[in-house]
Amino acid sequence: MEEIHRFGYEPITCHAWNGDRSQLALSLNNNETIIYNKQGRGWERSQTLGEHSDRVTGIDWAPRTNRIVTCGADRNAYVWTQSTSDGRWRPALVLLRINRAATTVRWSPAENKFAIGSGARCVCICYYEPDNDWWVAKHIKKPIKSTVTSIDWHPNNTLIATGSSDFCIRIFSAFVKDIESKPDPTVWGAKMPFAQLMYEECERGSGWIHAVAFSPSGDRVAWSCHGSLIAVADRGGSHVYRITTQCLPFLSLLWATESALLAAGHDCKPILYQLSQSLIYKGSLDDTVNGDVSDESTTSAMKMFRQLDRRGSVNVSVLNASVSTHHQNSINQLAPFHRDGSNVSRVATAGSDGLIIIWNLNCLPNMMRNMEIH
Amino acid sequence: MSKTVSTREFRKVDVDQYNEDNFQEDTDGNETQLQGPNETEVNNLIGSKNNVQALKAVVQNPVVGSRNTDTKLKAFRLVMRVLSVFKSSEIEAAVATLSASEVDLLMKYVYRGFSEQTTTTDNICPILLSWHEKLFAVGGLGSIVRVLTNRQTV
Repeated sequence: MEEIHRFGYEPITCHAWNGDRSQLALSLNNNETIIYNKQGRGWERSQTLGEHSDRVTGIDWAPRTNRIVTCGADRNAYVWTQSTSDGRWRPALVLLRINRAATTVRWSPAENKFAIGSGARCVCICYYEPDNDWWVAKHIKKPIKSTVTSIDWHPNNTLIATGSSDFCIRIFSAFVKDIESKPDPTVWGAKMPFAQLMYEECERGSGWIHAVAFSPSGDRVAWSCHGSLIAVADRGGSHVYRITTQCLPFLSLLWATESALLAAGHDCKPILYQLSQSLIYKGSLDDTVNGDVSDESTTSAMKMFRQLDRRGSVNVSVLNASVSTHHQNSINQLAPFHRDGSNVSRVATAGSDGLIIIWNLNCLPNMMRNMEIH
Repeated sequence: MSKTVSTREFRKVDVDQYNEDNFQEDTDGNETQLQGPNETEVNNLIGSKNNVQALKAVVQNPVVGSRNTDTKLKAFRLVMRVLSVFKSSEIEAAVATLSASEVDLLMKYVYRGFSEQTTTTDNICPILLSWHEKLFAVGGLGSIVRVLTNRQTV
């Protein structure tokens, strides 16, 4: 069953969970990041991180090293570390050297660097330099021609996939030779010097890219466009599967297993796609049908005509101002909540309605019970 | 003080194109291949009352994303003509014969039809609305989103 948590009525623009899911950092469309601690079945507000001067656009929490990185529209990013003495989070400014807002941030799998996408048409790869005790950024600029909207890391800690509003997804190498050793070859290529473009795909007619996601092995990358299209590139890009959907555009993607892709966005419900010979729509995780609210068997004739006057329809469900899904507004972000090995078994969605809902993939609605997620 | 020059040509220079920050879209060089549907074939099919065949013919070789406004206008008028010969009861069956990309293409033409109401197209809106309803039943909200976001217009 789904767990529903409410954090006010403002949109949750971004959120991040800590390693054991006992703490949550989120931002409600303003310049503050709020940390919540789990208290029984509810949440208690712990600290408010207020260093940004403009909207916080991205939060990520590194599970093992327990560091939070936030980036904002004020062209800055901060790395927050929790002090051992009083448990308060202290910021450290990251010098990004960008002249436009930062849009998204992700820690790398090994948590020694993070990637920031920005409206300055570049990706910043930031790592810690111990000599000067600060975080430095290296830029990947070519050939990105417009705002970078989303970023995802490959499990080898070196490759990143970027989606941009110039309608292209690209895979770059973010290899920083000062802090790591050369990675092994992958399906995307063998030579990976910093900022090397490993793969590029442009969706000329389909709108800007909302989200990119690497599959658990890193051999596949999925992306979602504003033209209600999702696509997966497989086998190093030699095979691209596309599906134009009937749904509204998806804002976030997450691979549950190597072949099951979860997508969520303006349709207010998470939808599952399976990749076998092609991408197949499998259905929604949200099984609620609460359209018929009340049994208005005692509708009088006068009531009926009054409804007709007011609403233009006799249908009672039209009076219901809510949507028939759990989320009442678009889902902004999908985050893995619990993993069984490399497969995700529980997923958290954060929406523009102030709700965070945790879905259990192991008890799927009836329509998907026969589908094997392998 | 700067010298005033009598020529005013400098005022006509489009300064924005020289701005480095502007997004330069890649122009495709394959515009010569987009010819649009075969007009004579479609007209023949309409004349012989083969409505569904005419519909299939008119969605072949779509002129999408071309800079050639004349070809696009010709294709648009042809599509409007084909859409208007259908009776409302026949539309659903015709839509069932189309593929997903053809449904998207027709949706684009329907919206272009909505936006262009001239005296030459004699009140075609009711027919377009019926087409819109049937196409929406198949294509869903996604097909409408694609009409709005696709930079390659009909």
